Amino acid sequence: MHTRRNFIKISSLGLGATAIVGGTIHWVVGASSSKKLSGGLNSPPVWKKVPTYCEVCFWKCAGWSYVSEKGQIQKIIGNDNDPQCNGRLCPRGTGGVGMFTDPDRLKTPLMRVTKNGEQTYREASWDEALDFIAKKMKEIGEKHGPESMALFNHGSSGKYFTQLLNAYGSTNITAPSFAQCRGPRDTGFELTFGESVSSPEVTDIRDTRCLVLIGSHLGENMHNGQVQEMSEAIDKGAAIITVDPRLSTAASKSKYWLPIKPSTDLALLLSWIHVLIYDDLYNKEYISKYAEGFDELKEHVRNFTPEWAYGITTLKPELIRNTAREMANAAPATIIHPGRHTTWYGDDVQRSRAIAILNALLGSWGNRGGIFFKEGIKVPEFPRPEFPKPKWSWQDTLNGRYPHAKESITNTIIEASIPGEGNSHQIKGWIVSGTNLIVAIPLKEQLMKAMQSLELLVVVDTMPMEITGYADVVLPECTYLERYDDLRATPHREPTLALRMPAVEPMYETKPAWWIAKQIGERLGLGAYFNFSDFKEVIDWQLKQLGLSPEEMERIGVKKYPRKTPAYIEPGSDHKFKTASGKIQLYSKELVESGFEPMPVYTKHPQPEEGYYRLIYGRAPMHTFSRTANNRNLVALMPENAVWVNPQVAELWGLKKDQYVWLKNQDGVVSNFPVKVRVTERIRWDSVYIVHGFGHHHKPLTYAFGRGVNDTELITNVMTDPIMGGTGMRGNFVTFLKDEPKKEAKL
Amino acid sequence: MRYAMAIDTRKCVGCSDCVVACQTENNVPVGFCRDWVVEVVDGTYPNVSIELRTERCNHCDNSPCVRCCPTGASHIEDGGIVLVNPNKCIGCGACIQSCPYDARYSHPDGYVDKCTFCIHRVREGKNPACVSVCPTSCMHFGDLDDPNSKIVNVLKNRKFKSLAPEAGTKPQIFYLV
Repeated sequence: MHTRRNFIKISSLGLGATAIVGGTIHWVVGASSSKKLSGGLNSPPVWKKVPTYCEVCFWKCAGWSYVSEKGQIQKIIGNDNDPQCNGRLCPRGTGGVGMFTDPDRLKTPLMRVTKNGEQTYREASWDEALDFIAKKMKEIGEKHGPESMALFNHGSSGKYFTQLLNAYGSTNITAPSFAQCRGPRDTGFELTFGESVSSPEVTDIRDTRCLVLIGSHLGENMHNGQVQEMSEAIDKGAAIITVDPRLSTAASKSKYWLPIKPSTDLALLLSWIHVLIYDDLYNKEYISKYAEGFDELKEHVRNFTPEWAYGITTLKPELIRNTAREMANAAPATIIHPGRHTTWYGDDVQRSRAIAILNALLGSWGNRGGIFFKEGIKVPEFPRPEFPKPKWSWQDTLNGRYPHAKESITNTIIEASIPGEGNSHQIKGWIVSGTNLIVAIPLKEQLMKAMQSLELLVVVDTMPMEITGYADVVLPECTYLERYDDLRATPHREPTLALRMPAVEPMYETKPAWWIAKQIGERLGLGAYFNFSDFKEVIDWQLKQLGLSPEEMERIGVKKYPRKTPAYIEPGSDHKFKTASGKIQLYSKELVESGFEPMPVYTKHPQPEEGYYRLIYGRAPMHTFSRTANNRNLVALMPENAVWVNPQVAELWGLKKDQYVWLKNQDGVVSNFPVKVRVTERIRWDSVYIVHGFGHHHKPLTYAFGRGVNDTELITNVMTDPIMGGTGMRGNFVTFLKDEPKKEAKL
Repeated sequence: MRYAMAIDTRKCVGCSDCVVACQTENNVPVGFCRDWVVEVVDGTYPNVSIELRTERCNHCDNSPCVRCCPTGASHIEDGGIVLVNPNKCIGCGACIQSCPYDARYSHPDGYVDKCTFCIHRVREGKNPACVSVCPTSCMHFGDLDDPNSKIVNVLKNRKFKSLAPEAGTKPQIFYLV
């Protein structure tokens, strides 16, 4: 049975008027101000400090919610003892309170119904919504097998739904963070070093003497610890080398800015490898001791001279040589940063491999100022029965493609959700938690087709994001400030544990994800997997196993542990890398065996036609993906995105500063909304730049609606990496429409 | 005692955390701010440079806002901090016009508001909210009369400038360049 899913705008239900205030506390939305307070002259108010870690991005900095006597969260301040933030949250973390006070939050469960022939949502009780989900999941399980349920997730809440699906019998769990983001980097580094750089990255920026950024825009990408360490490195006089067609903030702080022609990074990387080897600048001892395949690599890069690269990248040979020398002089305290969002041109694993190889030649992996070894605290798992073994899993949706995908690929799960011949592993139901697939996933047609074919689509979120409009059931989750979650135990330079506990009771009828998953689980007869009545019991049990008292943890928020293992390769030690042979793979046998180039090769990518400009997208420090565009504490800093246009291009088109234009891409797709022009010398003439996450077309996001342009809708050319399935998104070209295009409304 | 701020433009990434921290610390109404970030772009591609800096009331030694205030609401506190007493302020806005830095705004509650250097925190021995939150640690706050203070130290060792020196207001926010 195919359910026809019309997109429903939640606002049409007048939900704003039905706000149900949780508990007995009176909540004030937005900042209240009294003359007394603003003058700052009276005695300061008394706050309750409640430990948390941030969920506005996924760096998860630990901090404190300051709660007033009236039970209002006034501010969130970093925890001084947390090495991930050192007491300093980033703007999003500081503004995290806006997630809690957002007037547009989801407030009650909603269910899709047909009324007078038209689909709409009606408010539902939790019992009703959960019963419906359990009934549908049972039906899907009986008809197609439990494997036909899939989860799309991002963030802390995903864990509970993972537990639910694992218990139910499915391991079809996926997240855009792999195939739309860091996947190529992780695969490239795993193929080279046997492991990747984790999140937060294990880059030793604090002690580096040379930091090389390839399109990474730290400072605009506000991953807190990295930005703090970059600042520290600047203080200590480290040389920064930035490769970017745009003068990013990081580029403006750099000793060398390489304004590269977009899509030619691999040529530059190969010529750097050439210079390091043929100018005898690489770390011979390190390479002979720890790496294999050097001779093949040397032969491979023989002709990749800076003069060769000049003709491709437009970067002067002298600049390429000088920067290679700068790296070598600082080595091994040099980092060629692996980047994070690396799904660019479809040959991204190979580019990441080249970055990994450069790090190897400089001896940076395992040395101070390069890449350190992480260490973390292992938190014991709360007792539960064994998970059943599923008959098939996401690997079966690859259909023989992407042999080096170590994590599931959103797009193949989406593909598997479209019924068709040869689709022997079908997905029939989705739970979507904390990810707005509409803005995160390119190849929209495929996504829409899949959603139309599902028998069940449940969306769990705090906000009425676009994806909620396609759900059968929308479940309102409370924000991170209103709930317990797992202990944060991410391994990094120092082992730490961080506690998140609710600062206040959940507002409206919202519930924490652990509660939602447990409730569904119980209805499916899987209660044994959720053998607790409150998640606090799980945390208390885990803390007890670790020899910590809950009271102590609530008082300190973050517990630091001394390291037990060295952070760097110890001199004279016989270090083994995590590859099959224990050695760094300069020449990758694994890639050859699976039919790919063993060493990175430069491929020429299409360039824009006349009148079109390459669409480059990135981040702004005060926003996370599309999830903060409605956060009132942050939107004043950047209410909409703008399209950056080089002054020469602006002159050619007669574009003025702050003029609104529509963007049209190479496939004729026109942006839903117009976007403001920013005329700036900071961008190349062959490219335009926009910050990702704007152009929301869902009216219930009352602030964000219609502000700016959504880059994802203009990304219709996707170049998929055959090695791991990453969706390369930088091969799209746009032109300007100065007048509103006539088109059918398709919001 | 003379409070002042030194801000390192080489480190500031313009993230605007200072703005958000000020808002949540001081209950600044949404849509207004006591501090803000400025980006100055210079040159032609690819020979371009940018300066990012966070700006606020300069707590001037020679403060036109205090001179022009008809009610004495704008005044100078210990340590040279320029403040507005909201209970004395009639909201006439003369100070807003006189400020060369555009550092003041009309609060919806009917008085003029601006940066207080977080005097309530400073009196407890803490840094202003913006300084204490800054992820890049690019801001230094302290007493210019204390020769051992960090701010005196950085101003001794680094080149710096102030904004609109031609206005003659003797601003007390210094930008390390």
